[in-house]
Amino acid sequence: MMDWSTIFISMKTASLSIFITFFLGLFAAWAIVKMKNEPIKILLDGVFTLPLVLPPTVVGFFLLYIFGVRGVIGKFFIDFFAYKIAFSWPATVIAAVVMSFPLMYRSTRGAFEQVDSNLLDAGRTLGMSEWKIFWKVLFANSLPGVISGGILAYARGLGEFGATAMLAGNIAGQTRTLPLAVYSEVAAGNMAEAFNYVIVIIFIAFIAIFIMDYLSIRKDKQWK
Amino acid sequence: MTNKSLKVNIQKKLKEFDLEVDFELKKGCLGILGPSGCGKSMTLKSIAGIETPDRGIVSLTIDEENIYFDSNNKINLKPQKRNVGYLFQNYALFPNMTVEENVAIGLAKNHDEKRVAEMIKRFHLEGLEKRYPRQLSGGQQQRVALARILAYGPDVILLDEPFSALDAFLKEQLRIELVNLLNDFDGFSILVTHDRDEAFQFCDEMLILDEGKIIAKGDTYELFANPKKVQVARLTGCKNISRIEIIDDFHVKSLEWGITFEVSEKVQSNITHIGIRAHDFYPADKGDVNSFDTLNSEKLERPFEWDVSLANGLWWKCDKEIHDHELVIPEYLKVNPKNIILLEK
Repeated sequence: MMDWSTIFISMKTASLSIFITFFLGLFAAWAIVKMKNEPIKILLDGVFTLPLVLPPTVVGFFLLYIFGVRGVIGKFFIDFFAYKIAFSWPATVIAAVVMSFPLMYRSTRGAFEQVDSNLLDAGRTLGMSEWKIFWKVLFANSLPGVISGGILAYARGLGEFGATAMLAGNIAGQTRTLPLAVYSEVAAGNMAEAFNYVIVIIFIAFIAIFIMDYLSIRKDKQWK
Repeated sequence: MTNKSLKVNIQKKLKEFDLEVDFELKKGCLGILGPSGCGKSMTLKSIAGIETPDRGIVSLTIDEENIYFDSNNKINLKPQKRNVGYLFQNYALFPNMTVEENVAIGLAKNHDEKRVAEMIKRFHLEGLEKRYPRQLSGGQQQRVALARILAYGPDVILLDEPFSALDAFLKEQLRIELVNLLNDFDGFSILVTHDRDEAFQFCDEMLILDEGKIIAKGDTYELFANPKKVQVARLTGCKNISRIEIIDDFHVKSLEWGITFEVSEKVQSNITHIGIRAHDFYPADKGDVNSFDTLNSEKLERPFEWDVSLANGLWWKCDKEIHDHELVIPEYLKVNPKNIILLEK
């Protein structure tokens, strides 16, 4: 029997994490593009990209180190809110955000760098605030790149396995997302059950890509 | 009469050279002429506040002095606070906004709709309000960019090579429109260009910039007629320039062309070069003052002009009719002594 709570957990995790990743990635890219100090820029860029190149289990290891019972933030939450982050549902979101962040950040940064810097300066000489320039000029003119970053990050978050398993574990009905369910079913020898979850993942991923692609194509055509 | 002036005195270290620009504008339009990469755009950007100079002052006085930048007092107003309009070389229209939206973008949220309509009308953009910049011709794009700047109501307009992105065909009409616009404009304007014709057409006052330094400034007619320096002569389009040896008070020998010329003005000891504009040669008879032979010349035809390259290294340009395809090069050419420009290095 397919466990519907798994699908629900996965959807919840992927949706909340893409929401967080989207804005984090956007503002991180903005900060880096604006940054004038070259060494710090290179260092931060490296840190932001790291989760993309490290094995997910290594990222999970670091996350445990920070959010685990004895980790800096983990301990803080236990002491002050009596809340254990590790092996709870929010941990799946943390893992998905950290793992999908570099994809959002990098493709947004690439898109921002393609925008003619004269446009931003024109906005400034016309008295537009930096905030308005960000949304109406920089963001609006990088939309295809930002959206494709969003698609990649969403897919990455939905498929997150390694870091999630390390930080959130594989607790049915709590932290078991679809990829973990596939793994658990296969490990238990239930290939047919695993197949059901696989179909669901493919279905969700396909719909997401279709929606976002449609949005970016429509937006793109409008100006040309 | 209100008391108006735009003061610019800035220094900035650049990769290739140091930029040092110092001028004060009391009225109207200033042209900055210089080769590409001489620091012209950097000067404009420093006035607009897009770039920050290392040292110096930028201030605009309209009755009251308004300091934009002062390195000594650590003042550096943001571009948003300077009220300076900037026409970018590529116009920098926002591609995601319509013509109307572009024009209105610099206005306050609750702006008067009439202001946009007025600008659209003034720049002949009626019917194009809902178009996107990509759907416009180069000339229309320039008009939208100007409408956007003027809607904002700036005190200073900076024009960065405004015609470099346009076809020759469009340029002339737009130049007339822009000259008229600047004449009507009540504030200051600065036009930056590498095209001597543009500088000549637009501005009464001119500044010539080379490798970040001002090498000449003053009245436009005066600078073209009497460039004084080799570099200035070259930038104002003097085709023939040669080093010289001074023979006596009124005679010099060109070292490049091997000809001795009589000049109309007493040659001072600081004169090292002479310049002769390619249009200033006329057919001559043997033995005329300042004449020379034209053996082994080569010619190149343009629609309304012949370019003749003489064996001695001089260039001669002479006007022609469009149907006329034959040029018999006279055996001798001469130049009037008063058309020989005395130059110093």
